[in-house]
Amino acid sequence: MSAVDLTGPSRHGRLYWLLADCGNIVRRGLTHYQRQPVNIAWQLGFPILSVLLYGYVFGSAMTVPGGGDYKDFLMPGMFVMTMAFGFINTATVVVYDSTKGVIDRFRSMPMASSAVVAGRGVTDLVVACAELGIMMLTALAMGWRPDGGWGFLAAFGLLLWLRFALIWIGVWLGLLVPNPEAAGGLFAVAFPLTMISSIFVAPQLMPDWLGWVAAWNPISSTAAAARELFGTPVGGGDSWVEQHALLMAGVWPVVLTVIFLPLAVRRFQRLSR
Amino acid sequence: MNDGYAVRAEALEKRYGEKRALDGFDLVVREGTVHGLLGPNGAGKTTAVRILSTLIRLDGGRAEVAGLDVTRQAREVRARIGLTGQYAAVDEVLTGRQNLEMFGRLFHLGGRRARARAVELLEQFDLTDAADRGVGKYSGGMRRRLDLAASMILAPAVLFLDEPTTGLDPRSRGEVWESVRALVAGGTTVLLTTQYLEEADKLASRITVIDQGRAIADDTPDGLKNLVGGDRVEVVVAERAELPRAVKVVARVSDGEPETDEDALRVHAPVTDRVNALTEVARTLRDEGVRVEDIGLRRPSLDDVFLRLTGHRTDVPQSKEASA
Ligand SMILES: Nc1ncnc2c1ncn2[C@@H]1O[C@H](COP(=O)(O)OP(=O)(O)OP(=O)(O)O)[C@@H](O)[C@H]1O
Ligand SMILES: [Mg+2]
Repeated sequence: MSAVDLTGPSRHGRLYWLLADCGNIVRRGLTHYQRQPVNIAWQLGFPILSVLLYGYVFGSAMTVPGGGDYKDFLMPGMFVMTMAFGFINTATVVVYDSTKGVIDRFRSMPMASSAVVAGRGVTDLVVACAELGIMMLTALAMGWRPDGGWGFLAAFGLLLWLRFALIWIGVWLGLLVPNPEAAGGLFAVAFPLTMISSIFVAPQLMPDWLGWVAAWNPISSTAAAARELFGTPVGGGDSWVEQHALLMAGVWPVVLTVIFLPLAVRRFQRLSR
Repeated sequence: MNDGYAVRAEALEKRYGEKRALDGFDLVVREGTVHGLLGPNGAGKTTAVRILSTLIRLDGGRAEVAGLDVTRQAREVRARIGLTGQYAAVDEVLTGRQNLEMFGRLFHLGGRRARARAVELLEQFDLTDAADRGVGKYSGGMRRRLDLAASMILAPAVLFLDEPTTGLDPRSRGEVWESVRALVAGGTTVLLTTQYLEEADKLASRITVIDQGRAIADDTPDGLKNLVGGDRVEVVVAERAELPRAVKVVARVSDGEPETDEDALRVHAPVTDRVNALTEVARTLRDEGVRVEDIGLRRPSLDDVFLRLTGHRTDVPQSKEASA
């Protein structure tokens, strides 16, 4: 038999173990990146490439309503786009774990099952910080000059706030789609959704109805708020939602979380049906 | 409080829409034994295991594992069981060692004990050499063994194994069987599902046969084999005209009635002394000049058990040939 003492569950309480379980799931997520450096290179490489490509290719051809350099307008949009695509990473990991039975194994163990989802969320936020850091360095190298100080931190916080809300969409979709291949298809859905927003082009330059949709796209609010806080060109717009970008950048993620967190939790509970 | 039973399930019900996956399923498993749950595809084996391991809720009935109610005391049950699902549930990106250490920590062993336990299990399941390789590069057998090791981390009182050898080559299959035997020697109770009578026969001291969500037999392996009549000798002749003579030859070595299948030109009958019966039949057929296509020994399969118990065949293609 085992020489390791396997008995005597610990003196710690429930909250301790919830946090410990969560920490262990995060550790697992980060070890994945460590063992698959190609993945992290790809995940970080795409935004960097996008920054370079859009910045240099479109940079000279695009104009920003109200004046200003397009590159300065674009950068916060690129940060938002990376946060927005993040839900695909969440969904990919979740669908992989649920179809390969790893989630079932976790559920058959005496650990806190909410730690499975919470740990995923924390991992994604840690990775999002790394992504933002690297993109900002690239942007700085290209001549992007944001205001520093509290505004900068607030913008960083709002970007993470958006990413946080999208975790729940990712978890929900990850439990919804039947296999990892299907999760790949999410990109095709996400791409147009990020295009019809203020990420690349100010909504007022779009046809009326499209501009209206783009202005109300939740990620447009985060982009506009980030631009404002970075002190870079905002691109105008006089609709209500564009005038209240800071407010809406705070509100939209709440709305998304309120809708999708319960959906994700319900999906998770449905596993035991 | 569990009076010698590791598992006790009464009248389990599980519905998926109209489909009754379990329909009044009963099961008792004695402590310290290997119990086989034998049934064809879709019989309800996985459903039963998933209910007993607290992964899904039951719609009716009652189940206790290690003396604890699976619905009301799910968390306590989870601290006492191990589960190896139908598909190996290990993290393919991590190494074998990282997998076991992670699961150990999630079993609340703490870092130091989790590491020590991982080393011990890697050794026990013969994975030490592959310990620091990514599981994605493991063979099917190695992955299964790692999966088994992961379900053994707490040396559970009750271990559920859902078709642990399906899809494995004979060598890996033997390795898994060895590991299961070792566990039971250490005091674990094992509930093992399988589609192979041979596997249940090799490992289990008692077998429950399940069909359409219901237990249709509960017996020792010998009891079940007696039911279907043990080994059979089987002759396939070249032409229909040869059948009567073949029947006569086969009847001579058999201790039961030969059965004929006119369409398949086949005669078979139960035998006790398998090898002698086979050589005897082969010699006599040659001496009498009966033209045969094939002669062989056939071991009773799940299909035979079913035919006997239910009067209908399973829909599973069976590997039942043990040619001479
Ligand atoms: N989640 C589900 N939704 C709908 N039907 C299900 C579900 N799970 C199982 N079933 C049905 O319940 C029945 C029993 O399934 P189960 O997986 O328990 O069979 P099994 O004996 O494990 O079969 P196999 O040998 O193929 O693994 C099958 O008819 C199956 O289609
Ligand atoms: Mg099954």
